[in-house]
Amino acid sequence: MQANALDRYQTGESLIHHLDPRVKVVVTVLFILSNVLLPDGAWLAFALAWGLILLTSGLADLGLAYALKRSFVALPFALAAVTVVFNLPGEPLFAWKLGPWHLVATDTGVIRFASIVIRTWLSVQMAILLTATTRFPDLMHALQHLRVPQLLVAIISFMYRYLFVITDEAMRLMRAREARSARSASGAGGGSVAWGARVTGNMVGQLFLRSYERSDRVYNAMLARGYNGQFLTINPHVMSASDWTIGAGAVAILVLLQAVGRMAVL
Amino acid sequence: MHYVSHTYYLSEIAENPALHIPDGFLSLPIALLCWVLAIILLTITVRRTQNTLGERQIPLMGVLAAFIFAAQMINFPVAGGTSGHLLGGALAAIVLGPWAGMLVMASVIAVQALLFQDGGLLVMGANILNMGLLTVLVGYGLYRGVAGQSRSVRLVVAGVAAWLSVMAGALATSLQLWLSGTSALRIVVPTMLGVHAAIGIGEALITVAALAFILRTRPDLLEAKGETRGGFGWVIVGLIVALAVVTLAPLASVNPDGLERVAIDAGFIERGTGATYEVFPDYTIPLLGETALSTILAGVVGALVVGVLIVIVVNLLRRPVTATSETGS
Repeated sequence: MQANALDRYQTGESLIHHLDPRVKVVVTVLFILSNVLLPDGAWLAFALAWGLILLTSGLADLGLAYALKRSFVALPFALAAVTVVFNLPGEPLFAWKLGPWHLVATDTGVIRFASIVIRTWLSVQMAILLTATTRFPDLMHALQHLRVPQLLVAIISFMYRYLFVITDEAMRLMRAREARSARSASGAGGGSVAWGARVTGNMVGQLFLRSYERSDRVYNAMLARGYNGQFLTINPHVMSASDWTIGAGAVAILVLLQAVGRMAVL
Repeated sequence: MHYVSHTYYLSEIAENPALHIPDGFLSLPIALLCWVLAIILLTITVRRTQNTLGERQIPLMGVLAAFIFAAQMINFPVAGGTSGHLLGGALAAIVLGPWAGMLVMASVIAVQALLFQDGGLLVMGANILNMGLLTVLVGYGLYRGVAGQSRSVRLVVAGVAAWLSVMAGALATSLQLWLSGTSALRIVVPTMLGVHAAIGIGEALITVAALAFILRTRPDLLEAKGETRGGFGWVIVGLIVALAVVTLAPLASVNPDGLERVAIDAGFIERGTGATYEVFPDYTIPLLGETALSTILAGVVGALVVGVLIVIVVNLLRRPVTATSETGS
């Protein structure tokens, strides 16, 4: 596999790319927080929040639809919220008989459902932009500066480095299984579910052993290169004046967004 | 060839496991409460592991976190076009020990959220709690209870523990969704538990098969890590969480009104969802909770847990004997 097949970073030299990763992480989290805090049915504020996403993607030279195209990952989960349509007191919109159940959709229910889906959809888009404009090691440095425990950051950094290697190994196992398994045209495989699970379990066990042994080699190779438990960086990540300005500007916009959201509902 | 397998593989990643809560689905108080719980547990974990694990363990845990991520991609077809795959909490806990297991699972969930937007950032605390911490507590606690037993007993308990760990995660997820005012209790609990009762079977089968494979090829990896294994307190914690799952799951499925009343009395619903949210009106969806499915499910859960408890209690009673015989040999 190509090393960058999993990585979502889009190389660029834009304003957003050069922003300090701490600013990007904090603003992204605050943006998501702001979405959660906006009241149900604050359509104008939701639209403005999407405008902020478009502005960010424009400034990042990604093209306006970049985040939109990738933002549908979280939508299947919306099913978990569908029930709220029938479950809040309010003006009945339509009733629906389904076997023994009598479902009544209310206006407050529909508004809450739409708001939940929009909040999720906006939040996912901003997180996509964060990953697309920030190298993963920079993201890790940001987390370290933001007081995430060093041990956890170190493990996640290692995980990221070996993600590609180990998923490659997993793909090789799956390819080997495919090559040795017949499959009918309908796509149905032979054998029972328990048998399929046992084969899969053997593959998982095999993958574990290979990973375990590889981690030994990794450690020895790192010792040979002077590893003493510390990670060094040649990028010191110093907050510049423009980082502070852009960060403060973004926070101000989010505060404004909250004001708009609350006024629109009142 | 290369490209064919490549697209196949990316589509595997796109398949979203049902437990990764995205941002926007939990109310702020619930999301923050989960973060606080997750941070407390992780802080204890980091403190403990810094004492017991050297810098040598960092590459090991990082690579094994990548292993869990990759292992979740390996799937097998189940009926109806769906596929079974591993979540890995119980397996990680059993193979790595509870502390390392929790760190590894938290890392996996962090990378899934940061890199793939699989699960939200503000709700990451909840996702770490549900899929990383609860699964490890249940999985390890039950398995630790039968540590000295024969191979087959350990494997059976590992399977039950894996199944229960998935149920624990699903139950916690649905309770958080309910308390956030995102889902109706009487629908989300039976649906989530029903779906995950099936997913959990896949989890149990894969966990048992993987463990059996490791026991056959490298048994030393599962035996020789005394100090990172953790003491007997884990069994108690695991049993408490498991018992909470098996008592709450049928209660929430069969008698959601009772659970709702408790939550209202405790002030949870108002706090979790704000003043606009009122008690669910009775006319909406009556009695989904009393379907045959949830009753059967409750029965199955009960039977399984009683079985595991018997094994563990028998083991506890026999423990001094095995301990002396081990030191004797």
